[in-house]
Parts: sequence; structure tokens; C-alpha cells
Amino acid sequence: MTAVAGEEHPAKPSPPRRSAWREVRNSRELFANLTLRELRSKYKRSWLGWGWSMVNPLAYTAIYTIVFHFVLRAKPTPGVNGLSVFALWLLCAMLPWNFFQTAVNAAIGSLPANDNLIKKSYFPRQLLPISSVSAALVSHFIEMALLVLALAAFGDYQAFIFLPMTFLLIMLMVVFATGLGLLLAVANVYFRDVQYFMTIFFLAWLYLTPIVYPPTVLHGTALFVSKLNPMTDATIAFRDGLYYGTLPGLYGLGAVIAAAAITFAIGWTVFARHEARLVEEL
Amino acid sequence: MSLDAAIPPDGDGEPDEPSESGRVVVSAEGVSKKFRLFKERNQTLKAAVLRGHRLVADDFWALRDVSFDVHEGETFGLIGENGSGKSTMLKCLTKILRPDEGRVAVEGKISALLELGAGFHPELTGRENVFLNGAILGLGQKELRRRFDDIVDFAGIGAFIDEPVKNYSSGMYIRLGFSVAINVDPDVLLVDEVLAVGDEAFQRKCNEKFADLRSQGKTIVLVSHGMGGVQNLCDRVAWFEHGRLKKIGEPREVIEAYVGNVHVDRSLDSEGHHRWGSGEARVSRVELLDHRGQRTTQVHSGDPVTLRIHYDIDEPIERPVFGIAFHTLEGFLLNGTNSREAHCVPEKLTGRGHVDIRFNPFRLLPATYDIHVALVDYSLLHQYDYRQNVLRFDVVRGHTRSGEAGWVSLGEVWQIGDLTSEA
Repeated sequence: MTAVAGEEHPAKPSPPRRSAWREVRNSRELFANLTLRELRSKYKRSWLGWGWSMVNPLAYTAIYTIVFHFVLRAKPTPGVNGLSVFALWLLCAMLPWNFFQTAVNAAIGSLPANDNLIKKSYFPRQLLPISSVSAALVSHFIEMALLVLALAAFGDYQAFIFLPMTFLLIMLMVVFATGLGLLLAVANVYFRDVQYFMTIFFLAWLYLTPIVYPPTVLHGTALFVSKLNPMTDATIAFRDGLYYGTLPGLYGLGAVIAAAAITFAIGWTVFARHEARLVEEL
Repeated sequence: MSLDAAIPPDGDGEPDEPSESGRVVVSAEGVSKKFRLFKERNQTLKAAVLRGHRLVADDFWALRDVSFDVHEGETFGLIGENGSGKSTMLKCLTKILRPDEGRVAVEGKISALLELGAGFHPELTGRENVFLNGAILGLGQKELRRRFDDIVDFAGIGAFIDEPVKNYSSGMYIRLGFSVAINVDPDVLLVDEVLAVGDEAFQRKCNEKFADLRSQGKTIVLVSHGMGGVQNLCDRVAWFEHGRLKKIGEPREVIEAYVGNVHVDRSLDSEGHHRWGSGEARVSRVELLDHRGQRTTQVHSGDPVTLRIHYDIDEPIERPVFGIAFHTLEGFLLNGTNSREAHCVPEKLTGRGHVDIRFNPFRLLPATYDIHVALVDYSLLHQYDYRQNVLRFDVVRGHTRSGEAGWVSLGEVWQIGDLTSEA
């Protein structure tokens, strides 16, 4: 048999291949196109269109403010320059959380949603979950920009100074969400229960994280659990910069970095290991 | 099913087809692909937990130890029955599937036409989808912008390009998909049964494009059911059976072996020729009539001749199509045509009767020829009766123009311009 130079794909159901990195990196144009497709098709045929991406956060902010601030009397410590607007305090943590949840859910659904594409053409499959995350990121950037403007309008000009830190935190959320999204996207192909289960899981996770209430209310077991939860550190770090005008604690930041890196490493590896079989399992 | 006749290719000792232009660009080496067939396919955690392990599955080898090389500039056909593994092979070449054993190598840029417009998003416009689809096929945005007009022109979409593709007719949808795929300028084109798309004009454009690609020395691998197309297009053909490569070689030879093999209910007729079909409608007799209406097996080149096909149909069948083909003794197909081509298809036909096909003049040149006759349904896919070599006849020298060479007279008209008399 003549050996043939050029691209080959070996037989064994892959050990995670180094080349996956290269392939994904070489597919930037496709990545951009897939992201654009997500964005363009998202609000097609809805009257309000992109307005929905703004209406949603505003609506739940209003609801949570009524429930937690006015009914349950949650009162966070005042922020920069005595800033004391519950809605803004809530949004500083709620918007990142919302991005995280939206991104992971979109990534989970990205493989079944594109099964026709997967079955009929070849491209690095990682691009589907990744571009779902990045489409969610685009709306998240807009939301965060509006939040910073709103904070400034209420006298918190320091939010501008902490923009680089906020950006870093957003990027960590992207890595975290991508890792979890890759991992669960594969799991979901084998067991469709995953996407339904995650709805419940995210609801529980939201309330286990000091987002709608200040971390100071936590005691005992609840405090212990929240310490194991990297989203607690992420939430506190986001608020530190945006609302309180302080740098996040090194320990908290380190925990977020570690959680994001480890999750991404696991998600990437698991995905690469199963990539070749996805088309048969879908 | 005799698998001992499987690979190596050309088991008759003849060496592998000499490469026409040397370099191997597509190669499969001992490729095997296993699918798991699930006895009970419900993907829920509950089912898995209850059973203790994931799913009970049987292995099914869609491909087993398949090896072949395709040389640069070759058009290579994959044929076989449904489920024989030819489409799986193509998917392995495109990297959509990864073989469990063996390896596949393709050199150069690949474009695959597995399903046209597969990546189209219904809510997006044609323009947006062209860029998305192009990116999937590996074309850069700059490159796509440069070719955009060509793509739209070729598809004949016009102003619809800025409409969401969900508003497209299925023809437009497919034409745009084909246009993108073909315009990415691939080195290797992998095609799965999509040649028969669109209207006649578009099909002609596609065929021209294929001819164009071939003349540019591009390599084409195509999967097909339509035997005529394969024979005309391909340089070599590989026949798959039950996941194995059964025969590989020159198209006519392989196709004949394949066609002779697939029809399980085939039988030899009284003269020892192959005959097959479902049998509810039959070609009972075929005869050649000379210009006086007398049965004959010897006609003069250039005389009027009638081919008469007698049929015998039990139950009424709708829109039956009669097909005829003239072959040389070497088996070369001179012409194959059918009554659908000639727009002569009755709505319903039953009982006994005959069909006359008139040739005036009969253009075949002196030699001996074989006729195949078929009775098929309107889609040409279902065969009621197919009779190979049902009639052999001789053409002898005609009364006019008896010195022509070759198989067929083209009936051309000569004219010599006489400049002196025109002046």
C-alpha cells in the first residue's frame, strides 16, 4: 500500500487529539458565521426582536426587587458613595449569572439543534457549543454596558475604573460556561434527560448562590455550601468591582480561575473523546 | 452472498487499473466501520440505570476491510444496493464518520455534496446562508465575497437572495446549495446521489460544471444508483456489497456484474439470456420488422426499420415506460432511450399488445448488435421486466452511403460553398 501524505484520521476512537485545538483555531470564520447565525435567528419572527434581550433582565429585576427587597426586606450594605439601589445591586450579580445559565443551556442544546449539519458536513463539532456561548456573550456585553451606564447615572463612577476587572471576570465566566457546556452537551447526546435536569439544577444553584440575597445572611451549613460553590466567589467578585468599588479578594478570584480552568479542561477532553461518535449517537 | 469474491480488486489477476495521472489523492486502507444497532433505543437515564449499563446493542459492520485508491483527476463511482456501505464510505472520506479500523486519507480541499443546503437555516436569507454554508465548506469570507455573484448567478436565484430561504421553492433551495458547494473550488469533490436535482436546464448546467471540473483535473468520487449516469461519468467504479468491496474496475464491466447480480429473481430466458423484474408485466417478444413489415434479423443500413415490443400485462399498470438499448457485441452501449424520453407514456396499460418504434432511416452501420428491452414504471426505478440481449441482429450494407466507418451514421448534410458562382 502506498502511504499517502496529507490529512489522515486514524482508526481508534480518538484519544483526545492535539489537532482539535488547531482545527478549532483554523475555523475562526466558521465560528464567526455560526455565532452570527445564532444571533440573527434568535429573535426572528418576534415583534420586539432584540428588545427581548433587554426586557427579560428588566422583568426579573423588577420581580426579584419586589420579592426580596420589598417583601422579604433584604437590605444589602450600601455601595460606592452610599449607593443603595437594590435593583442595581441585584443586576451586578444577576446579569453574569443569567449569561452563565443561558450560555450553558444553549451549548447543551446546540448539538441536537444542529444534527442535520453534523450528519451532513464535517467541521470541528466543538464550534457548535462554543458559538452558542459566544452568541450569549454578545447580549451579555450589551447588558453589562447598559448596567455600567446605569451605575454611573446613580453616582457610581468607579464602575468605569473597574471595567478591566469586570471584563476579566466575564472572560472567566465564558471559560467556565464553555467547559460546562461542552461537557453537558456530550452528556445530553447520550441522555436527553440532561437538558431537563439542568433546568431544575440551575434553579437550585441560583438560590444556593448569594445573588438575590446578600452573603451576610448565610450561616451554618448554607454558608459552608456556598463556600464550595465557585459561583459564590464569582458573584462577590462582580459586585466588588461594580457596586462596591473594591478589588475582589485574591482567594475568591483564585477560586473562580481554578473552577473555570478545571471545568474547561474536563469539558474539552470529554468532548474531544466523544466527538467522532457524536454523529452516530445523535 | 459469496464474500470470497470480495477484494482484492480485480481478483482475476489483472493488476490494478494503471493510474492515469499518477498521484493518489484519495485512499482507503482496510477501512471498517461498525455501527451499534440498539435493540431498544430510548436515551433516558432511567432506562440506562434500570438496565445497569447503557444500552443493549448489536454490532453491525457497515464497512468491512475496504481498500481502494483514487488517482488525481479520476472520476470514481461507488455503486451498490441500499445499505451496502457506499454512503458510509463517502461519509468516512468526508470525515463525518471516523472508521473503526483502517484509515482514510484525502489530499487537498474537499467539498462534499451529501445533501444540498443541509446547513441552511430557514429563517436566514439566502445571502446569509451562502456565507454560513461557504464557511462550513472551508471558504474564507473574502473569497466568498469574491465569488458571491457567481454563486447567485449559477443558482439562478436572482432577487430572492435576500429572502429567508424558508420562502424558497425546494428547487431554489437545492440549486443554491449546489451552487455554493460547487463554487468552493474543491480539489476533491464527494457527491452523494444529488445529480438529479432541479429542472432540466439546471441539470445541464450541473453536468457542464462537472465536465468542467473533470477537465480541470479535479478528482470526483460519487455515489449513485443511476447506472447510466455512472457509466457516462466515471473512469472507474467500485461495487459494494454488504459492506465489502466486491469488484472494482472499468465501469461497464462492474456495472454489468452488479446489475446481473442484484436481481435475485433473475432467470435465464429460453435463449440463455439474463432476464429479471417483478414480473406482473412482461415483455413477451421483441421483433425487428423491415420496410415491408416482415420479421427479420438482418436489415440494411439506412432502410426504414421498426422495432416491435409485445407486452403482456396481468393487472393494469399506470404510466408504464418501455426502454430500449442498442449494444455492440463488445457490450458498448450505442444508445439507450425510453418512451418517457419520447413523451409517449399511456396513463394506463393492461392486457396484451405491442409497441412500435420506428427508425427511418435506421442509422446503425453494418455490424452485429444486441438489443435490451425493459418495461419499467414511470420513475424508471421499478423494473417489471428487463430482458438483456433479447434480440441479436445484423446490419448489412445499405443501398446508399455504404462506405461510412464506425457504428452509426449521423445523417449529416454536406454543402460546399462555391465562391465563384456567388460572386
